[in-house]
Amino acid sequence: MMFGAAMAGILITMLLALVRAALGPSVYDRLLAANMFGTKTMMLIAVSGFWQGRPEWLDLALVYALVNFASMVAVLKYVRFGSLGDGVADTEAAAATAGDLPPPLESTGSWGAVTQIKNWKPPHYGEGPMP
Amino acid sequence: MNGGGDIPLLTMIVDGISWFALVSGALLCVIGGIGLLRLPDLYSRSHAASLTDTLGALLIFGGLTLQAGPTLIAAKLVMLVVLLLITTPLAAHALMRAAFARGLPMQIEPPADDDASQETGT
Repeated sequence: MMFGAAMAGILITMLLALVRAALGPSVYDRLLAANMFGTKTMMLIAVSGFWQGRPEWLDLALVYALVNFASMVAVLKYVRFGSLGDGVADTEAAAATAGDLPPPLESTGSWGAVTQIKNWKPPHYGEGPMP
Repeated sequence: MNGGGDIPLLTMIVDGISWFALVSGALLCVIGGIGLLRLPDLYSRSHAASLTDTLGALLIFGGLTLQAGPTLIAAKLVMLVVLLLITTPLAAHALMRAAFARGLPMQIEPPADDDASQETGT
């Protein structure tokens, strides 16, 4: 009974995350919804294992957690750099030496750092439409 | 245990706490899902999603741990909670950092001339 209630809540949350992933205006909204969906899948596996009386399914939930984190970081890297393999470290180092990375924050008040970083334009990421 | 149909008091208390944790965790997840759907901005949506990923997962897995009792399953649940509490804030931080470095605009503007308005307004 209580497992059924928890599963109902988790399923409703997965539905809401799916709606956000379908609607999301940018790639990052979809990624956020997909990450949340993965976490909710893990919780659903654990709760349904207890519900069916087979808590050994927790191993599946552990594997899901690891795969979810790794895929999240991989997709983020792809979105940021446009590739997964060749020369990513070189790109980052070159960007750091050429001064393309954001400048260090100077605290000039409560909102000063935020406005400063808001006015900063990334040199080659900022052009073109938002993904 | 004692032959009769009555449940021991300790089992009832543990079941009640487990009920409370599971149901409040599920409620928190639903609230976070509504926030993910309705908040205006990526950065504020990230707040709602991270709330479900940490506190909701902690409550639900805590309730399952109380159901499992002191077994190997409880140890696995604790491992799962520790893994979640490390990885999900990391993933959320990486996502927000990537979006911010790409220049995704904020919906809720910070006050642009905070110091000037403080000096002139008061």
